[in-house]
Amino acid sequence: MAKVVLWGSLSRLADGRKEFDIDAPDIGRMLAALGSEAPKLKPILDKGVTVSIDGTLYRLDRFKTIDPDSEVFILPKMAGG
Amino acid sequence: MTHSHVTTTINGDTVDYLCDAEETLLDVLRDRLGMTGAKEGCGTGDCGACTVEMDGRIVCSCLVLGAEADGRSIRTIEGMAKGEELHPLQRHFLEGAALQCGICTPGILVAARALLEKNPNPSETEIRYWLAGNLCRCTGYDKIIRAVQNAAAEMRGESNAA
Amino acid sequence: MPLDHNPDKKDFKVVGHVKTRPDGVDKVTGRAKFGADMFAPGMLHAKILRSPHAHARIKSIDTSKAEALPGVKAVVTAADFPDNPDLLANEELVNIRYNVMARGKVLYDGHAVAAVAAVNPRVARQALKLIEVDYEVLPHVVDVELAMAPGAPILHEDLRTNGEGDEPTNVARTIEIGHGDIDAGFKEADFIVERTFTAGAAHQGYIEPHACLANVSGDGSGEIWCCTQGHFMVRDFCAQICGMEVSKLRVTASEIGGGFGGKTTIFIEPVALALSRKTGRPVKLVMTRDEVFRATGPTASSSTHIKMGCTKDGVITAAYAELHYQGGAFPGAPSDMGAMTAFACYQPKAVKALGWDVVTNRPKQAAYRAPGAPMAAFAVESVVSELAAKIGMDPIDFRLKNAATSGSRSSYGPTYSDIGLVETLEAAKAHPNYSIPLGPNQGRGVASGFWFNFGGQTAVSLNVNIDGSVALSVGTPDIGGSRASMCAMAAEELGIPYENVQTIIADTGSLGYNDVTDGSRVTFASGLATIEAARNAKKVLCARAAKIWGIPEDAVKWEDGCAIPAGPNAGEFPPLSIKELAAQAGETGGPIAGHYEISADGAGPSFATHIVDAEVDRETGRITILRYLIVQDAGKAVSPTYVEGQMQGGAVQGIGWALNEEYIYNDKGLLENPGFLDYRIPVASDLPMIDTQIVEVPNPGHPYGVRGVGETSIVPPLGAVANAVAAATGTRPQELPVSPPRLLKLMKDQPLAAE
Ligand code: FES
Ligand code: FES
Repeated sequence: MAKVVLWGSLSRLADGRKEFDIDAPDIGRMLAALGSEAPKLKPILDKGVTVSIDGTLYRLDRFKTIDPDSEVFILPKMAGG
Repeated sequence: MTHSHVTTTINGDTVDYLCDAEETLLDVLRDRLGMTGAKEGCGTGDCGACTVEMDGRIVCSCLVLGAEADGRSIRTIEGMAKGEELHPLQRHFLEGAALQCGICTPGILVAARALLEKNPNPSETEIRYWLAGNLCRCTGYDKIIRAVQNAAAEMRGESNAA
Repeated sequence: MPLDHNPDKKDFKVVGHVKTRPDGVDKVTGRAKFGADMFAPGMLHAKILRSPHAHARIKSIDTSKAEALPGVKAVVTAADFPDNPDLLANEELVNIRYNVMARGKVLYDGHAVAAVAAVNPRVARQALKLIEVDYEVLPHVVDVELAMAPGAPILHEDLRTNGEGDEPTNVARTIEIGHGDIDAGFKEADFIVERTFTAGAAHQGYIEPHACLANVSGDGSGEIWCCTQGHFMVRDFCAQICGMEVSKLRVTASEIGGGFGGKTTIFIEPVALALSRKTGRPVKLVMTRDEVFRATGPTASSSTHIKMGCTKDGVITAAYAELHYQGGAFPGAPSDMGAMTAFACYQPKAVKALGWDVVTNRPKQAAYRAPGAPMAAFAVESVVSELAAKIGMDPIDFRLKNAATSGSRSSYGPTYSDIGLVETLEAAKAHPNYSIPLGPNQGRGVASGFWFNFGGQTAVSLNVNIDGSVALSVGTPDIGGSRASMCAMAAEELGIPYENVQTIIADTGSLGYNDVTDGSRVTFASGLATIEAARNAKKVLCARAAKIWGIPEDAVKWEDGCAIPAGPNAGEFPPLSIKELAAQAGETGGPIAGHYEISADGAGPSFATHIVDAEVDRETGRITILRYLIVQDAGKAVSPTYVEGQMQGGAVQGIGWALNEEYIYNDKGLLENPGFLDYRIPVASDLPMIDTQIVEVPNPGHPYGVRGVGETSIVPPLGAVANAVAAATGTRPQELPVSPPRLLKLMKDQPLAAE
């Protein structure tokens, strides 16, 4: 069960909840699970977010594995210059 | 539109062309003669990317009319290397990473050559002021100045030009 | 994807020793072809008519007189970019189309309204004057605070903050980042500093204006040649906006004369495409400098409120920021990036950062090196230095005391893996520049900076030629020497000389999709893919040797450019070089190649610390940069001189932003300085040499430890320069740029209060 933390203002769409315990093997399934637990998040998640797993940022890879004790953060979609 | 007939010398060769009254030397070089080494960064004399030499003076070719080149002698970046052999400035720019994107490079090289032909041993400040009309957005100028210094040293015959 | 991570590898033969670059000779001889350097037989020239108003309704456009002018071949307006279902499903693309050609309303001075293709540029320019546009001028707003105020002129009637609510607004998005109890944090503080800072909108200022050449043939297929940071992006966006099938459009990236983020989107390409489609002839479209300033992306301008507190021993207890960013006519100002990066160098127990993304009647902001970060860092680094001064602590020691470290929690949430901020601070402190005595009216400023760095979708293809040399195709435009790095990495892996590898930027028809090239991505992501492609080619090479020797594939290994038996049991065979294997490729199974496709993540953040010494002329308000030092973590510097060059270039852009560069609007909302004369970027005589020191804390996410380096270097200079000015004058600049008039006013209003 990985702990998934939302960025500050995102929790507004999850009725104030900041953290979720989610059992999912990879990023894609974790986002799907999160979207069904807090349906108002779904449109944002579908538009694209950045996922941090143990400090490394993933913008794309839906199949990146999540270990049960991984630290997972949902962050806004990011871009560089 | 009336065209003028112009005869000029470019990098030692006699060249004839026709141009409109409002065409600049830069337009002529690029669009009529296919010499795209000189670049247009602004068209208003502010960036130096279009720098060429006319009768021994560096000019912004975007501010010179094509018709004004009649009877003059023009030197551009295309004439700087002798065949395969690069000018020491060109070599030092390459070796010293004095270019990143390279869009400013032709103008800067032409301007720097004119400087070294006048003053073989310029100080850092002299180089900086001489090149103050040539904008470079990529490098922060540091490596450009060093490359000019190193090329100057080599051209003066100083062996330890690092 | 199991990558052979070996960031401790130290014995590089090629990487780290690159001297020259493959495209170098063409660039010093004038042969290199940039965006505007392409010509096609029968080519037409296009020009764009732009709005003279900041905000106006387009009541009608009459193009008939222009069309009747001899030499004019076609005119296009928004009507030539009709809706299509794919486009309408993508909100971002709908906005890009609106930015490319105004529909209904013009939203800023310089917004495109129509375009003409004619036999030469002079006729095209003349035709623009004959297009009659009837405007109803509307009230406008260009300032971020005014745009947020009640009753402000509204740009988009349908815009709602975060898509919620009933009231039209100019606030597109809000964001909050943070953790910890912020009120408790401030209660613990012995000292609190609270200030508001503004930074102007700076333009990326690439010397090469946007340019393209489009050619649509009678069968509906088309080609574009253009200067861009991402030709695959150009292809996909243009195809969707022009209603073409993606496979029918091939885009070739020219050499690119600078981008820095500003060429990560499209402006003129669909226009040239539409004109070419209408005329059946190649159409060249080159922006003037005036157009570049008025219609392409500057940065957001910002107004930032910071409150930070620390104990008397120098521990930051709380950090709070409100960031108001205006990003021009469409949503997308990077206030979210500002909020995430603002405090990323430190580890305050409690942190809260709020961001607002606001639209105004200015050109849509585009990415610029570390988008969103420099203006936030300016505010934070100013306050950090002020806190250090308040408790009488050295500014580097204060930063060291609070610095983010490997394993600490970042201000944006996640825990950092291996990072190198402390190393940059220590190296900066030990550097001789930090102890040079200063004279009167001189001041020293320190600032640190952070950028995430990203990877992205990447495909590369590597072919072994008949003579054993290697042709490498990458899909990321070279924005400053990246081809050299790619050659080096391929050569390193294959164990062959650097000179034997040639790297080209392949067109969109020749390679899989590649994301746009941002400043930090290329060496990391394309490099990663290059290494893996080379490893795949090595596998093929070893397999061929195994076949030739008649031994199993796993009994062969690759060393120093040759296949050799893996161990004593494999048998006795003389090494087979890449050249020998290449020569018989045809008879041993066909061409030898390796390719690799990846969505690269894990680029690894990069930190930097800058020290600047500045002198202030109290008469004229002029600020002279006396000395400048950059210390940055590059993970592993593949081409050290180019890494230095990237760092120096970024720092000087930051210096320009701090001292001079900004968009100036008049009361009609028109840009007053759309040229290099009045928008003054640093010139050679403004600057000293820029000292650099590369720190290498390997990135665990890359086989060689490489981190992105292109972006971080623009983050610290704004704060560093402001801190130096504060130290020199005793008054703290809160508005950037601190141009001479601003500095004079500042010194007059708050004379000499020692900090
Ligand atoms: S193009 Fe001539 S000075 Fe800029
Ligand atoms: S190298 Fe890009 S502008 Fe000078």
